[in-house]
Amino acid sequence: MLALQILIDGFAISALYALGATGFTLIFGVSGVLNLSHGAIMVAAAVAAWAAASVFHLDSYSGALVGVAIAAVLSLLTYFTVVQPIQRSNKIPNEEKEIFVLTATLLWGIMIQEAIAYFFTNNAKTVLPIIEGVVRIAGIRTPANTLFTAAVCCLVIALLWILVNRTRTGKVVLAASMNPRGVTILGFELTNVYVVVWIIYGVLAGIAGVLLGMFLGVSSYSVGPLTASAFSIVVLGGLGSVSGSLIAAFVVGYLETFTAYMISPAYRSIPALLLLVIVMYIRPQGLLGRR
Amino acid sequence: MTSTTPRRTAWSLILLGATALGLSLSSAAYAADPIKIGVIAEAQAIAGASIPQAAQMAAEEINAKGGVDGRKIEIVTYDNHSSSADSVRAFQRAVNEDKVNAVITSYISEVVLALEPWASRLKTLMITPGAASNEITKAVHDNYEKNKYTFHGYLTSAALAQSVCDAAKDLLVDGKKMKTAVIMSEDAAWTKPLDIGYQECLPKIGLKVLDHIRFSPDTTDFTPIFNKIESSKPDVIITGISHVGVQPTVQWKNQQVPIPMFGISSQATNSTFGKDTNNAADGVLYQGVSGPGVAVTPKSVPFAENFKKKFGNYPSYAGYTSYDEVYMIADAVKRAGSTDSDKLVTAMEKTDWEGTIGRVQFYGKEDKFTHGIKYGKGLITGLILQWQNGQQVSVWPKDVAKSDLKFPSFIKFSSAK
Repeated sequence: MLALQILIDGFAISALYALGATGFTLIFGVSGVLNLSHGAIMVAAAVAAWAAASVFHLDSYSGALVGVAIAAVLSLLTYFTVVQPIQRSNKIPNEEKEIFVLTATLLWGIMIQEAIAYFFTNNAKTVLPIIEGVVRIAGIRTPANTLFTAAVCCLVIALLWILVNRTRTGKVVLAASMNPRGVTILGFELTNVYVVVWIIYGVLAGIAGVLLGMFLGVSSYSVGPLTASAFSIVVLGGLGSVSGSLIAAFVVGYLETFTAYMISPAYRSIPALLLLVIVMYIRPQGLLGRR
Repeated sequence: MTSTTPRRTAWSLILLGATALGLSLSSAAYAADPIKIGVIAEAQAIAGASIPQAAQMAAEEINAKGGVDGRKIEIVTYDNHSSSADSVRAFQRAVNEDKVNAVITSYISEVVLALEPWASRLKTLMITPGAASNEITKAVHDNYEKNKYTFHGYLTSAALAQSVCDAAKDLLVDGKKMKTAVIMSEDAAWTKPLDIGYQECLPKIGLKVLDHIRFSPDTTDFTPIFNKIESSKPDVIITGISHVGVQPTVQWKNQQVPIPMFGISSQATNSTFGKDTNNAADGVLYQGVSGPGVAVTPKSVPFAENFKKKFGNYPSYAGYTSYDEVYMIADAVKRAGSTDSDKLVTAMEKTDWEGTIGRVQFYGKEDKFTHGIKYGKGLITGLILQWQNGQQVSVWPKDVAKSDLKFPSFIKFSSAK
């Protein structure tokens, strides 16, 4: 009974982590950017979806779309106003650009977080669930929307896989992650590739944020923990490796759920962080890291 | 040398004149000096945002009627970003630079406890409109001469627990024939004495405590907690939550946890709670000292309505107390005839003020909860309200109750045989 409960709960949360982390690792793989405003963009999506439904009285589908759209816009804004100027700057030495981007996206995330708290208070918001009610799976009362969340996550990840491996755009993106110069020589404008990747990232983060808002609810306080969890999943899985992130997301998701049920909800995130430390010691490149 | 002497004399004369002018100016200003009240609160939290707004409203009302003996009340506000460190800096600034005469601060016990030694060191009257921890009044009781500058303008956790038990006896034990409960509270300074209070008074009213769950205030997934509670099959969940509220309530509804929630749920006192939870709040029972449309005293409803007219939403629970506290400070200044801190403290101790949440008097030096507000019939007893169809409706005590208890269909009364 309890095992099944852990299996169901863990799957939903893991799928959500996976979705959030995929976009994060994609950006890193293609353009070498660790976007520390990740959590802020997810929360902004969820709060926008909440506001669309509660303040402007849209239905739950339109509300969710507004949330995803806001995340995509914020993602592009992040690229054009924060990341690109640093990458193009002549004043910052190339070897320091990564750390500049890291700091700048962190600050940008804090700005978004404060803006959300200022306009919408720091109280938690929840997005209207798309499907109401509960389903009984072998006697376990499960909210239908939790199953919906898990299904959407899997579907979106599958779509992403098809996009990257089966379409021309996807192949260019993949190529850019392997050899940016080669892609330029073949006549592709690298900036366009980055724009495509940031849009994909924004949509992924937006969907993850809105689903999280339905599943658990978010507040401006969630920004830090969300960025941290995406970061640790991606590091655990191996920086830049999408499949590594997927595996790591499930490891972390289940470890957390198991801890919450078997030990105490208060210690939920501790074992996953300990695991991260251990992996850093014995396999610094992460589970499926390339370097 | 000789040539400088007359110049020096001239300078001394000018200085003397300037000093005299300055002296006369400052003493003239003194007569009309405003009474300055510093308000240090959480501008980004719903509970905290009402604190400076309500204080400002009270000040404007008092000033419109001519102030206190001709002196206007001036509110100086500081946003503490829900941080104790920011609050301490704001307090120092308020007293040392902005020269406030008294401070109204915060709904978070940790913040008030961090400020209490500063109120003592800087000898400045401080009162909280919303924190609850027993430790605040305990410090005043244990070291009166040092800590007498702190007043607790909201119910202590012990009184809150008592209020919940008093209501649970009528509504749950007598009304719904309930026999068992699980306590679910967040791990924070204010819930430690609350839980002790719950564990003492629940068995006395006939509710056996089956389990006691404390969880971290940054918990986001409540599924395991509700699961654990459900496995011990209680009739009711007795809550002690303030930092969390929206998330457990929404998950309670989404997961259709069949057990009602009853107790302290500070976020549920906010009028926006229904919207924040997409009406998942329906059925939630919470203790409050006020509520929209509930005439606890003749002042309650006009205050809430005027507040809504001015700021667009109903005040949080700490808004009511903050409003009353400005009046109480003004009243104390008037009785003391001075803004001298020690005289103010003595006058505040004699407070007998009918505010928006009831009749406020403070416990004395010999009482256990020195400078806490007195709990009891004819003073402040609190209310129980329930979210029904997106509205906050009073259900207890009888004289102000507007409706019976109503629960969403997923709530099952197991032992209501």
